[in-house]
Amino acid sequence: MALLETRNLTARYGDFQALFGVDIVLEAGETISIIGANGAGKTTLMRSICGLLANQPDSIRFDGRAIGRLAADEIMAMGIAMVPEGRKLFASLSVEENLLVGRYGRAIAGHWSLETVYGLFPILKERRHSPATALSGGQQQMVAIGRALMSNPRVLLCDEISLGLAPVVIRDIYRAVPEIKAAGASLIVVEQDIGQALRVADRVYCMMEGRVTLSGTPAEFSREAIHDAYFGAAA
Amino acid sequence: MAHSSPYASLTRTRASRVAGLVALGLAVLLLVLPAFASRGLIQDLFFILTMLTLAQFWNLLAGYGGLVSIGQQAFVGIGAYALFGTVILAGIDPVPALLLSGLAALLLAIPTAYFAFRLQGAYFAISTWVIAEVVRLSVAQWKSVGGGTGTSLPRSATGSMWFTQAIETLFDVRSAAARDILAYWLAVLLAVATIGGLYWLLRTRRGLALAAVRDTMDAARSVGVDAGRMKWLVFLVSAFGTGLTGGLIYLQKARISPDAAFSVTDWTAYVIFIVVIGGIGTIEGPIIGIIVFYALQTLLADYGSWYLMVLGLIGIAVMLFAPRGLWGLFSDRTGIELFPVRRRLTGGLLSHPHHPESKDHG
Amino acid sequence: MIWFDTILQGVLLGGLYALFAAGLSLVFGVMRLVNLAHGDFIVAAAYLILLMVTMTGMSPFLAVLIAAPAMFAFGWALQTFMLNRVIGDDVLPPLLVTFGLSVVLQNVLLESFSADSQRLPSGPISTASLNLGGINLGVMPLLTFGSAVVVIIALNQIFYRTALGRAFRATSDDPSTASLMGIRPAGIFAIATGIAFVIVTIAALYLGMRSSFDPNIGPARLIYAFEAVIIGGLGSFWGTLAGGVIIGVAQTLGSAVNPEWQILAGHVAFLLVLLVRPRGLFPRAVD
Repeated sequence: MALLETRNLTARYGDFQALFGVDIVLEAGETISIIGANGAGKTTLMRSICGLLANQPDSIRFDGRAIGRLAADEIMAMGIAMVPEGRKLFASLSVEENLLVGRYGRAIAGHWSLETVYGLFPILKERRHSPATALSGGQQQMVAIGRALMSNPRVLLCDEISLGLAPVVIRDIYRAVPEIKAAGASLIVVEQDIGQALRVADRVYCMMEGRVTLSGTPAEFSREAIHDAYFGAAA
Repeated sequence: MAHSSPYASLTRTRASRVAGLVALGLAVLLLVLPAFASRGLIQDLFFILTMLTLAQFWNLLAGYGGLVSIGQQAFVGIGAYALFGTVILAGIDPVPALLLSGLAALLLAIPTAYFAFRLQGAYFAISTWVIAEVVRLSVAQWKSVGGGTGTSLPRSATGSMWFTQAIETLFDVRSAAARDILAYWLAVLLAVATIGGLYWLLRTRRGLALAAVRDTMDAARSVGVDAGRMKWLVFLVSAFGTGLTGGLIYLQKARISPDAAFSVTDWTAYVIFIVVIGGIGTIEGPIIGIIVFYALQTLLADYGSWYLMVLGLIGIAVMLFAPRGLWGLFSDRTGIELFPVRRRLTGGLLSHPHHPESKDHG
Repeated sequence: MIWFDTILQGVLLGGLYALFAAGLSLVFGVMRLVNLAHGDFIVAAAYLILLMVTMTGMSPFLAVLIAAPAMFAFGWALQTFMLNRVIGDDVLPPLLVTFGLSVVLQNVLLESFSADSQRLPSGPISTASLNLGGINLGVMPLLTFGSAVVVIIALNQIFYRTALGRAFRATSDDPSTASLMGIRPAGIFAIATGIAFVIVTIAALYLGMRSSFDPNIGPARLIYAFEAVIIGGLGSFWGTLAGGVIIGVAQTLGSAVNPEWQILAGHVAFLLVLLVRPRGLFPRAVD
């Protein structure tokens, strides 16, 4: 049984339909990437899974339970943590407080604690008393990842974590992935950077206009297939 | 102005043409009513019409301008005191002095807006109340109009007021009744002019732009509306109308005190409930609201504070379960609009308290 | 010396206003909501304490300890079942609902307790005073001020030293992202209002012991509280205390010149601060 899956997931904002029957499967211990152009529905998919958008109860299942209609705080407590697009750090909290608030709804013992997060991103320990928004973009992204790890999640959702960051910084951040996996989390990584997505993932889903247009292991993907899935076969 | 044409085609409906004819007939009926109505009925109608006018101006502020003021009593009170001041101290006839009521309120509105516009939302609301308190306490220090205990209009002024002699002979009534009839006629004119004026204002391009002011300043700016100027305009117009009405109310009462003229209950709480119960952001709403308000007042006249309790509870219930008021409920079911202008208060939390798609918070 | 004494009395009076304001400041800080019935709830709490004291003969201080948990529960329920329904981007619904509550509450109190003035029995403590270097300070005003300081310290501890406080601030910053941390914003709002009602109960104790009260004085307390919060700057608890002190000092100075000017002087001080520092003296919150 898959750890997390969506079945025929649809989502709409008012009159605008953003997802048309999306099926995604995440097995325990696996990392999957979701790629696609702007407006493909990647962020809507993430918001649906983490509970910021309500869906049909049965369209999202986690560990055998239908979670489509649960609220974000309930889903987080079950062990799905999110690194939201744009980082969304709490401006009136310090770095350390941002990390601590990450375990508010799920304070369970596990690999991740302040100490191990600081071990993963040593710079955060130096800056732990600074206001979170005073940090550089890359450091803020580390806080956002650390904050999500603090709850020792079973699934970590990463939405566009490389957006707006320099390549060196992106490499630093992705260097954390093996330790995150080793600690027992399965990952869903949403990326616009196709190279990065193919490197990190066991399997890849490509989305276009609210539908999955291609899926498989990175090895199976040809440049042409990705191009077609990304921009449409006619292009 | 290409985008203004679709609105123009929407703003005239068959219901509105019928309503226009009915309104015209009603206005004529109201004007000739003193010929056969009792003095008690005239006084009740005076109360209804003046409260309706106050409600329309508060609705302009809060429902269209997004400026929730709970300090409208400042303008009622200052208008009333301007009337008493000029009549008592300068010996001017009360009828023309009414204009000074409006002007005094307009003058007061300038510093009020200057202070209150520094604050947003709820804090704007309370700051208008603070300013009303400051004015009340200051007026209570004004000894020549009776200080804290108040005063009456001198008999010499009320007895020989403009038009009253003619009314006395026309209807064969005493001078006190003639004063009621005069005040009533002025109230009819004021109410008709207010509703007509607001209807006109809200159908102009500027009025349509008011919608944008309440939503967000940024959105307003992006469609080329100077939201700051619109707020000032709405605030000043409301203050002028409210002051004028205040002067008229106290012309009829002929007796004033700071606590009564600056009462937050009488001139703001009642008015808010009238608008909210009837339907905020519509011209029809306050008209429905005043009918409900008057009916409740008549029904619960003998129960003292129960009356306000019931009014408050109805107001809360409407806000929780039917935020667009009784008229909104009716209009949604039937699609009827008597005064079609592009409507405020659509979307957001108001029309969907539990938005099915989003559970972001609340 | 007389002026120094007057100012000192004003500072202590400011403690009472800070108690009125602290709950308002807390609720605004967490959810940007202004409860227009705040003053009326203080008066209602004073009647609750009075009822307990007259029925059982217990000390008002003991009555507060018993009433506080009940008031917490009431505030929690008020937020959960009523205010959470209207909270949102539009300021109009919460304003109108709480304004309606204010009117209803005043008239319920009027119907239940009549318009007569009441006072909480405080025994010998109400007239006791301490002589400090030639200045007589009433024990009751000192106790009020001390309680205000304790309340402010407690609020700061909760806000800046606990997981709950982090949740308060996170929710205030961004309720949607806070829910990704497992925080349920509606629940956080309910707890904040519950705490505000505990402070309301403490404020009611001193309101009722220091002076007489009747069902109609709530709105004026709301206004003092509001002025203290704005003067102090939104989101700063120590600022709220400073704001209360400024209103208190302005009132006692005004009243020393002319007793009729007491209230007016407080309002004028508020308007002056608004003119010079529109965001208050110690602003912290973003808006």
